[in-house]
Amino acid sequence: MNIPRAKGAELSRRDFLRSGAAVATTTLAPGVTLIAFGGSAAEAGTDAGKRWGLLIDANKCDADCSACVTACSDENGWKGTGNPETDAQWIRKVTLKNTTTGRETSLPVMCQHCEEPPCVDVCPTGASFKREDGIVLVDKHTCIGCRYCMMACPFKARSFVHEPTTNQKSHAPRGQGTVESCTLCVHRVDQGGTPACVEACAATGHGAIIFGNLKDPDSDISKQLAGYSSTALRPDLDLNPGVRYTNL
Amino acid sequence: MERTIYREIKATKAVWELAVILLGFIAAALGAFFYVEHHGHIVTGMTNQIVWGLPHVFAIFLIVAASGALNVASVASVFDQKIYKPMARLSALLAMALLIGGLAILVLDLGRPDRIIVAATTYNFNSIFAWNLILYTGFLAIVGAYLFVQMSIGIPYSVVRKVGFVAFIWRLALTTGTGSIFGWLVARPGYDAAIMAPLFIAMSFAFGLATFILVTATLCRLSGRVFGGKLIRRLGQLLAVFAAAVLYFSAIRHLTNLYTAEHAGFERFMLIDGGIITTLFWLGQVVIGGIIPILVIFHPSFGKTPAAPVVASALVVLGGLAHVYVIVIGGQAYPMELFPGYEVSSSFGDGQIANYRPSLPEVFLGLGGVAIALFATGLGAKILRILPTSLSDANVGQKP
Amino acid sequence: MILFLRFTLLCVLLIGAVPAAMAQDRSALLPDIPAATGEPHAEGNEYWRRNHMDLMRHDRDLTMREGNRKIDASLKGCFDCHAAKDGEGTIVTYQSEQHFCRACHDYVAVKVDCFMCHRSTPDGVDEGAPHAALVPQIPLKETDIQSVVAYLQQGASKTAEAKQ
Repeated sequence: MNIPRAKGAELSRRDFLRSGAAVATTTLAPGVTLIAFGGSAAEAGTDAGKRWGLLIDANKCDADCSACVTACSDENGWKGTGNPETDAQWIRKVTLKNTTTGRETSLPVMCQHCEEPPCVDVCPTGASFKREDGIVLVDKHTCIGCRYCMMACPFKARSFVHEPTTNQKSHAPRGQGTVESCTLCVHRVDQGGTPACVEACAATGHGAIIFGNLKDPDSDISKQLAGYSSTALRPDLDLNPGVRYTNL
Repeated sequence: MERTIYREIKATKAVWELAVILLGFIAAALGAFFYVEHHGHIVTGMTNQIVWGLPHVFAIFLIVAASGALNVASVASVFDQKIYKPMARLSALLAMALLIGGLAILVLDLGRPDRIIVAATTYNFNSIFAWNLILYTGFLAIVGAYLFVQMSIGIPYSVVRKVGFVAFIWRLALTTGTGSIFGWLVARPGYDAAIMAPLFIAMSFAFGLATFILVTATLCRLSGRVFGGKLIRRLGQLLAVFAAAVLYFSAIRHLTNLYTAEHAGFERFMLIDGGIITTLFWLGQVVIGGIIPILVIFHPSFGKTPAAPVVASALVVLGGLAHVYVIVIGGQAYPMELFPGYEVSSSFGDGQIANYRPSLPEVFLGLGGVAIALFATGLGAKILRILPTSLSDANVGQKP
Repeated sequence: MILFLRFTLLCVLLIGAVPAAMAQDRSALLPDIPAATGEPHAEGNEYWRRNHMDLMRHDRDLTMREGNRKIDASLKGCFDCHAAKDGEGTIVTYQSEQHFCRACHDYVAVKVDCFMCHRSTPDGVDEGAPHAALVPQIPLKETDIQSVVAYLQQGASKTAEAKQ
């Protein structure tokens, strides 16, 4: 059977990354090398030494702009079908009006990629999970569509797919009867890229969203967080989200 | 006092008619299931705001009532009340049937019911939901064993008592687990309260006993057996106490919320301006499900008739459904407070009360679960020696 | 006892008779596997036919849980070479019997669950209507019955060809 080969591939991949050289792969059985050499040594895969996060500056976010939402929809292939109550929304623009001062603010809300995600705690099958680098995802292979995670999420970040899907992106599978949410464009991040919403926001010139590694003190996002006041949504719940807001 | 003799009920015309009606409801539920699974949940009233709808209301009612239906057996064997003993078998059978009916709804409403094997084999032990799956299957096994030892010849009564005790503890754990499905949800202002577990236990006592009284009265009438007036009134008085306990825990829940300014908005929604939710709370849960049944039971003249407990039971069941609806739908309809101190609006219903209109498939699915439970109970009483030939006061009414 | 022996004998006879009758025709009943493009698998087709599910499941967990995007056993990777086309040269979805996966999976009556969520064609192809239903339409339409009949007839005609 294939199991030894499969295990070998997994080990070789890790060894390969750890050693930073191709030496480890040469001793393995034929077929393995194909996989191990398939990629460059460029950054790939989860790394517990990293924690990906976003910093959203509400002052820079334009109330009339929804470039981040459009970009996410295009990138990940979710779109409205004219039923706003049941359509998926991985990211949404929320308008805030301070009830005492009347000041209006606009900002995007998506999965907050909590360090202590309630959706992961409540999922009966473990389909809701957090990667080592802090990205919270749904394993749609084991999601049974019970929607308990949607009951548990304090940010309404998750959507249930109410209708049969078609024309999905190959990097963002999504299907009827399962739950989905923002993936932090994990397919881009794994290849060293940034999420589509961040790129789109920068392209409009607003630059309201910064993406980066929260565990790296030299990253742009860490410096901003260290230098200016910021807040998490629902700080009372102490979930330590990876998405932070400033100038609320 | 005669010896209690248990006999299968006979297949009379009325029994057959009832069976056909129940099978009709089950068929409708299966039709609704295939319809929803084919088109997706878009054809139901459930949305990304109201993610659990009417099927869950019925399912949770049945699961809560299941553990409560076991009470009569527990009172008989754990607390040694001899007059309840002849009803202990039916109590255990009904408990299992109600649980199966409730679980059937939950499974048939899943987004991916074809993956039920995944749910059964992949556990996340941090999830109260996964614990509940273990509590449910354990309940079926333990109550099944309880029924078996009750019905077996030659098993000493001390064994029945011990198994009954385990079943009693297990049912308390099960209802605690069901209540905690809501009680442990930190996100929503309508849930996130430890009182959910004891509230659900009080609910289970009331809903379970009410269902038991209705089912027993129906089975006795169908099979031409006597359901003694004193016995049914004694059950009725117990039901009144349980209904009062539900009112008490509900009052504490809402008073606690009212005391904190943080929850004032939610309580205002529930108690004053929540539209259908407010109506169901006051009229359904409090008046129909609580106050009127208590008044009926203790009414100086009508309360002494054997019809009074049956009427009260029907009201408790209706009020109970309203109560679960208020908890499940009301708790989701009220928006979550993401930004305290701000007026919030978005394309995703932020800051708005969510609308919910149950669709026909959901109604069919929910009623189908009830029908499964009742059909299974009837089938059990038809093929097993569950129901005594007489529940007359002369037979069971004497104090030990 | 005698009844049991008779039954056993009947079973043995039936089991023995079927392969004997079919032995020479079996190859004609095997599925038509759509031709692929690109380099052949280094491990050989037999290896992939037997192990593709385990390979894909293993690599999917690597990708999803560990973020390893440099894997070769992915559905996307499959369709690089195995995007089957219909008679007019259009790439077909899982809805079509000519789809690469269905060629064998229909034959062995194993339903694949992949395309409830994954696309069944390479990126960029318009898949049109929903391309994978969870449950068959109930009640069965006349066309469904016709397709079953057609499938059986196809098998029968192949057998007839093989005999000639």
